Amino acid sequence: MNSIMKIFKKQIFIPIAALLILIVFNLIADPSFFAITLEKNSSGDPVLSGYLITILDNASELAILAIGMTLVTAASGGQDISVGAGIALAGSVVLRVLCGTDSRPETLHAPIIVAFIICCIVAMLFGAFNGVLVAYFKIQPMVATLILFTAGRSIAAWINNNELPIISDASFGYFGNFIPGIPVPTPIFIAVICMIIIALVLRFTKLGLFTQAVGINSESSRLNGLNPQLIKFITYVILGLCVAVAGFIKVSRFSTINYSVIAKDIEMDAILAVALGGNALSGGKFNMPASILGAYVIQFLTTTLFKFNVEASALPAYKAIVVILLVIISSPVVREKLAELKKKASSQSSVKEAG
Amino acid sequence: MKKTKKLTDSSLLLIITIAVFFIMYASAVMFLGGGFRKPQAFLNILNENAALIIISCGMSLVMITGGIDISVGAVTSLVCMCCAVNLDFKGGNVFTAILIALLIGTLFGLIQGFLVAYLDIQPFIVTLAGMFFARGLTTIINSTQFNVANEQFQNLKNTRIHIPGVGSYNKSGNFVQAYIEIGVIVALLMVVILFVFLKWIKQGRNFYAVGGNSQSANMLGINVKRTKFLAHLLCGILAGIGGFVYFMHVGSGSPSHASGAEMNAIASSIIGGTMLTGGSGNIIGTFFGVLSLSTIKNIVSSLGLDDAWWTNITVAAMICLFIVIQSVVLARKNKVKH
Repeated sequence: MNSIMKIFKKQIFIPIAALLILIVFNLIADPSFFAITLEKNSSGDPVLSGYLITILDNASELAILAIGMTLVTAASGGQDISVGAGIALAGSVVLRVLCGTDSRPETLHAPIIVAFIICCIVAMLFGAFNGVLVAYFKIQPMVATLILFTAGRSIAAWINNNELPIISDASFGYFGNFIPGIPVPTPIFIAVICMIIIALVLRFTKLGLFTQAVGINSESSRLNGLNPQLIKFITYVILGLCVAVAGFIKVSRFSTINYSVIAKDIEMDAILAVALGGNALSGGKFNMPASILGAYVIQFLTTTLFKFNVEASALPAYKAIVVILLVIISSPVVREKLAELKKKASSQSSVKEAG
Repeated sequence: MKKTKKLTDSSLLLIITIAVFFIMYASAVMFLGGGFRKPQAFLNILNENAALIIISCGMSLVMITGGIDISVGAVTSLVCMCCAVNLDFKGGNVFTAILIALLIGTLFGLIQGFLVAYLDIQPFIVTLAGMFFARGLTTIINSTQFNVANEQFQNLKNTRIHIPGVGSYNKSGNFVQAYIEIGVIVALLMVVILFVFLKWIKQGRNFYAVGGNSQSANMLGINVKRTKFLAHLLCGILAGIGGFVYFMHVGSGSPSHASGAEMNAIASSIIGGTMLTGGSGNIIGTFFGVLSLSTIKNIVSSLGLDDAWWTNITVAAMICLFIVIQSVVLARKNKVKH
């Protein structure tokens, strides 16, 4: 009983519980949801397919963003709402480098790795722009990132002269789809690599400790010899890197870009992932695995709803109901009430035993 | 001394906002001439943005108490769709449509306010869910755009209030009187009411106290929870009213109506000197914030830079400018304190 209570109190309980509810719901509704089969894709290679693979595949970008968003939330007590626009920007840069000025290139103008590195640099620069506004000008993160939220997609369109380049080279599509011979979608590997990197960083550097210290009380962390401004700034640059990776996957999936549609509303999902992970959106302590799990829960929910033939545009309504239920359950007031009720119940039962 | 101290606060930001708007408009009249010289051009800005003014006022109220409401755009869209369906398919009249608009706004305000104030959930998440819910519900009700044919509503929509003595000569030399729509009257009324409310009514002053420092407000005996609740409720009701005004302007229901209105409202509030940290802000500033935002959009499009991206980039640059001004003012204020 005691160990169950302990799990209940843990932060990661919320996303795990949400995931379990979704799994049980799908098991009852249609067990074939969990079937994974080996099928041949359009190029004739055997690939794994099934709803579970779709979830893991499609949640990759969100999980990667959740990593950066968690750090930003923890350090600055606010969220970056420009990540969707940032993905459009990063994707646009990748295409610009690969295509040059020609929007329908026969061959790639630069190696893919060069495009990736340039896209990382540009995205980190934009992250740095947000970081400077938040850390050094002391502007509320949501307001500071509102600037790039408004302008980002426009700048992305401007980078490519408002053309929509299409890359015909098949090797570019490997990063968003399948590498021939490997039956697992590549984005899953990329997401896992990102998770391993952030796990190592949090394990072997003081980044986690410092961001939490700054988030809890930036003034006292300064008095303890930290540089809160620099740490806030760094978290935004890290988020920029996450955006670059996510944007790279996103354009690789389709080998093209649509500036106004690509990664639309992903900022909301990324913030939701952080909140679902039970992290306080006002900063301070964070739990990275919980956030990442939150991202997968969101994708699980989306895929489940799609499976029940919910229209894509009506999807948000159902999502909202789930979100509200989750936050109500996890809200401090309701939790206290629940704990009180439990205490009463347990004290009553102990009285009965004594009697 | 007292006077300078007063100026460093939000009134300085307000003066900057108003000055920027007038300079911008004056330079547009001087250098671009043409359309901007007609009184109707100015009144059209009001006509087109009446709904945004109302929504932004609600947003400012919530922002003054230190919260945020990103559901307003989606609520506007939902109101439009519900009113349109009511008028065209359910045989409703204008009064039932108005009732529906108010009801939707109030419901959203009540629920979101309750969750934020009494269950202590972060306003961003609550209103994010509200936004998702309203947007999704709009598509569930009707997924395509359609124009309302209801005659009574068409009469209301086409009612134009001509302003005597103001107007311009058209190409054939006839005097065309300038006009405003009913929505503008509603918007101006709301601005005046809320200005009075925030300036002289005790409950309105509580908004600032709660936004400035909720703990000390609590110690002063202000009911912080009820104040926050009231702010969200008012914002919801204003979103409902704004939704109906928007509906009167466009005369149709569509899931894509008022998309991005929440961000425009936040931007207008910020340009008007309301800070997201809470505790300072002004309804008049918000009013001019909306005007500045739409004037710059008009200027950009009349410069021939008609591509949508230029509008967005200039708007972003303008927000950036005002944010930096705010942060400088805030830094100065903090220095005066020490």
